[in-house]
Parts: sequence; C-alpha cells; structure tokens
Amino acid sequence: MSSEPIAAAGVDTAAGSNGSAGEWFRQVGGVLRLELKKTFLSKRGWWIYCLALGPFAIIVLHWLIELQRSRGAFGGRHSLGEDSIAFAGIFLLYYLRAGLFFGCMGIFANLFRAEMLEKTLHYYFLTPLRREVLVAGKYLAGLIVALVLWVGSVAGSFLLIGRHFGAAWSEYLWHGPGASQLGSYMLVTALACVGYGAVFLMCGILFKNPFIAAAIVWVWEGINPFLPSMLKKISVLFYLKSLCPVEVPVPPPFNVMVTETDPPPFWIAVPGLLAVAAILLIYSAISAKNAEISYGE
Amino acid sequence: MSDNLITFSNVSRFYGEVLGINNVSLSIPPGITSLVGPNGSGKTTLMNLMTGLIHPTEGEISVLGIPPNHPERLCRLLGYCAQFDAFPKGITGYQFIYSFLRMYGMSDAECDRRTRASLELVGLMQAAERPVAAYSKGMRQRVKLAQATAHDPRVVVLDEPLNGLDPLARSEAIAIFRQWGAEGRHVLVSSHILHEVDQISDQVILLSQGYVVAEGQIQGVRSEVKEQPMQIQVRCDRPGLLASRLFQQDHVVEAKLSPDGKGLLLRTRDADSFYLLLNRVILDSGLEVESVAPADDDVNSVYQYLIGEGSSV
Repeated sequence: MSSEPIAAAGVDTAAGSNGSAGEWFRQVGGVLRLELKKTFLSKRGWWIYCLALGPFAIIVLHWLIELQRSRGAFGGRHSLGEDSIAFAGIFLLYYLRAGLFFGCMGIFANLFRAEMLEKTLHYYFLTPLRREVLVAGKYLAGLIVALVLWVGSVAGSFLLIGRHFGAAWSEYLWHGPGASQLGSYMLVTALACVGYGAVFLMCGILFKNPFIAAAIVWVWEGINPFLPSMLKKISVLFYLKSLCPVEVPVPPPFNVMVTETDPPPFWIAVPGLLAVAAILLIYSAISAKNAEISYGE
Repeated sequence: MSDNLITFSNVSRFYGEVLGINNVSLSIPPGITSLVGPNGSGKTTLMNLMTGLIHPTEGEISVLGIPPNHPERLCRLLGYCAQFDAFPKGITGYQFIYSFLRMYGMSDAECDRRTRASLELVGLMQAAERPVAAYSKGMRQRVKLAQATAHDPRVVVLDEPLNGLDPLARSEAIAIFRQWGAEGRHVLVSSHILHEVDQISDQVILLSQGYVVAEGQIQGVRSEVKEQPMQIQVRCDRPGLLASRLFQQDHVVEAKLSPDGKGLLLRTRDADSFYLLLNRVILDSGLEVESVAPADDDVNSVYQYLIGEGSSV
C-alpha cells in the first residue's frame, strides 16, 4: 500500500451533492450501467434466455419445415389465417401465461433478492443514493433487459410465423392487419414486462422467498378466466388479454366454465396497468427506504 | 448535536428477542477509535447502525450531525468497509470501485481519477483489470478498503480491516489509518488483533454482550480499574533487594523474579505508592534501574479485567 493520503484525491465530497434532478439522472445512469453489466447475458439468467428464445427457435423450425413443404407438390398444409390464430394461441398460452411471467420473475425478483443472497446489496446502500432512485434504477435496468428479450422474441416469432407464405405474408404484414397486430403484440409484451416487473420487484424486496409469492400470483392469473367478473379485474392478464389483437377461443370443456366479462377499453387498460405498476413501484421504494441489510447471519 | 462528533444516545437494537446492543450512549471524537470485544459483543451492530444499514430499535444516532437514515447525505462523508467478503459478479477491481463512485453523481473523468488514486493507495493498480473473484483474500480486503474510501470520506468505518492482510500490508494499512486520524478524520476500527489496536488507537470502546463496558483512552480506562492489580515490569541490577522491600507493603500482591535474575514482575493495587517506594529504594541503596514499564497497560489486559479472565478477545 502507498502511504499517500487519500485526501490527495482532493474534492470535498460532502459539498458535491446538490440533490438535483440532474444528479438523480446521473445516479440512475450509474445504477443502470452496473445492473446491465451484471444482468445482461449473465450465466445465472441462462434459463430466462431459453424461455425467451424457445418459441422463436420453434417458429424458425416451423418456417424451415414449411419452406420444404411448399417446395413439394402439395404446398403448405394450412392457411395464413390459421398461422395467425396459432400465433395468438402461442402468445396467450405461452408468452403471457408462462414465458413472460417466469422470465420477468427471474429478472425482477432477483434485482434485490439475489443481491441479498450474494451479500452485495450493502454496497448500494452505502452510496449516497436515495433508495427511491435505487429502486428506479434497478427497475429500469430490469425493464431494458426484459423488453429486449421479450419484445424481441415476440416480434421475431411473429415476423417468422408466416414467412413461408412469401409475398402473401409480406402483403398481410404491410398492407393488411399484420403490422397493426405486430404493434399490438409488442405493446402487450411491453406492458406485461412493466406490470409483472413491478409485481416481482416488489416481491423481491418484501419477501425472503419471492418465488412462493410468485407461485400464488401465477395460480391466480391461471384461474382468472374462471373467476367472477369482479375478481377477474384484479389481474395483469385480464387487461393484457383485452389488448391482444386476435382472440383465442377456449376449447371445450373449459369454455363452459369461463365467465364472460366485458373487456376493458384500451384507454382504461393501458393507463390502468401503468398506474398499478406505478403504485407498486412507489410501495417498493417505501419498502426499500425502510429495508435493512440482513444477510441472515 | 455536534457536527464533529459521532453520537449514540440511549441506542438499543434487538434482533427479535436477541440483544444486539443495549442502551448505548457514546460520543466519538475525531481520531482513531477501536471497537474491541469478542464475537457477538455488538461491534458490527454498532457499525451497521452508524452507517444506516440497520435501524435502532430505540434511541438516536448522529454522524457529524446527520442521522443515518439519510444515506444521500450521510454516505457522502462516510465510508464503510464491511466484513462481508462478497463482490458483484464478474467485475474487475477497477470496475468495482468505478461503478460505485458513479452513484455519487460524479463525472466519468472524476470517477476514473479517484478510482486510480484509491487503487494506487492500496497497491492494487497492477491488478486493476483482473476480476475481483480471482484476487487473494488480502487483495480483496484491500480493494474493499479502496472502494470504501475512494470518495474521500470524513468518517471511515472499518470492520476487521486487517483480516487477511500479510504483515507488510498490515503495517501499511495501519500507517494509512494513522494518517487519516492525524488529518482529523474519524476512523473507527474493529479488530481482534489487540496489540495492533494498542498501536493505532487514540481511544477504545470495549464491548461485551451488547453493552459498552468502558470507553476512552486506553491508559485512562486502565487507571479507572482501581480494584484490579496492575502489573509492572522492573529491570534492575538487584531485583531481590527490591522484592524484599516490596513485600513489606500492603498494596503489593505478588512479585516474581525473572529467570535471568535482572528483572522483577510485580502486581500492585497502588501504582503511585509503588513508584514512590521505588524512588526511595534507589536513593537509599543505590539500586540501578534499567527500565520500569506497565506490563498490562494494553487493551487485552483491560478487557480481561473488565469482563473476566475467560473472555479473551
């Protein structure tokens, strides 16, 4: 070690704070930078990448098989409309109910919980960050990762699912309802990341084992179609489903158990979801402010 | 509350039913203060409370006039090197310090300059681009020290900072702590290595089972323990003569001749009376005295006196 005084570094840091919005932005930028370095393409998140890329890989396979078929004498076996409904089914049953749910759980619940388990959260708590700013920075970092993964996966899958139809698919995309459907799917995906992200960030702060809470939310979301109208509305999925461009029919015998509820209009669903996410984030920030470093020792 | 003191006012902290610290009132001035006590005595609890990582169940804490529940103000003037030997995954020594300096809202250039200065300070510049995970224990300890102090804090809190350091790094670290103390910073150190605590401390806080059992300058604390005999080592040419004179005194509990026949270790309840007697013996019999020194005027002895022989730290 050198015996040079640390004061040689020189600046009186106590005077360096102005608590301005500009400084908060710089601090959020600092959190974002570190979190993205830790979160993006980390080994720990391999299963999340598998969840995001799984359907995309299957659809690439589907495209290649259909390309082979279309070169044969019989051509493709299904219509473009059927592919569109198939994608709507994949989106609702896989992306919204499983992949996005668990992917967001993996990303957001770990933003605080993993740091507790790895005993590194105190480094953040010992910087002059308001805990609200820390929550915002971590949430934004998680959101960026989730959006890149899931919006990218959904967009890639949608663009590929009818690709084997060639010009007809291009026509459907650019002059038919395709582009608008793609936009809706991307919007719903982004909103799911925002909503589930806020839910799981809060679970990660409040619970020692956020995955038990996540399992309860998952069961709740799973039984949502069969719940009474009133209870149906307490669900992220309920609002997201109403924004999906193609409705997926519930197959018998489950269709008889489904309770009919008017879907919320766009102007309620989107701001409503954003408002719920904001409330959850505010609660998370308050909880983080009162949080203590307890690594279970 | 004073803007130049760290104060605890009737602070208690319980972990459920378990006592962390109880009814602690302290006022810590600038300089090096050592927290001494066995495991579970409350040293880390005290440090965690002061740095806002945990909150008191009762009482108030102020660090240079700032309550610890305002990290945005407190952490600009406080650096804490905690005992946890954990680091963010996949990060190099440089990135570790630089990334957390960014949270202070400094520019890139300023963060870079301070990161390099602090790495230089702890002698890790050569290893700056290596992952922290590949560092030795001593290097990890040093990079933690660099990270905790890179923002040039006025209060430096160090939980067992000498753990894992080799003797050279220890003496260099101690030199740095002394320098910070001499600059008027508050340096709080917890340590089990008591002879080093003796070397570096301006004052000590002795803790046992969540209570502060003594505080102040170590010599002062020792002199307050009146009922405990003090050990004094005398090197002289005729220790037998001195011993025979000493045994006539009530305050002398024990006197042992050293094996080489040139010294005497005695235990007395009244050091002042002993020193007067020694002067008389020198005058009366021409005793040649080489040295006289308290043999137990250190933290360990004081601590053992205070909390019992079985509680060595």
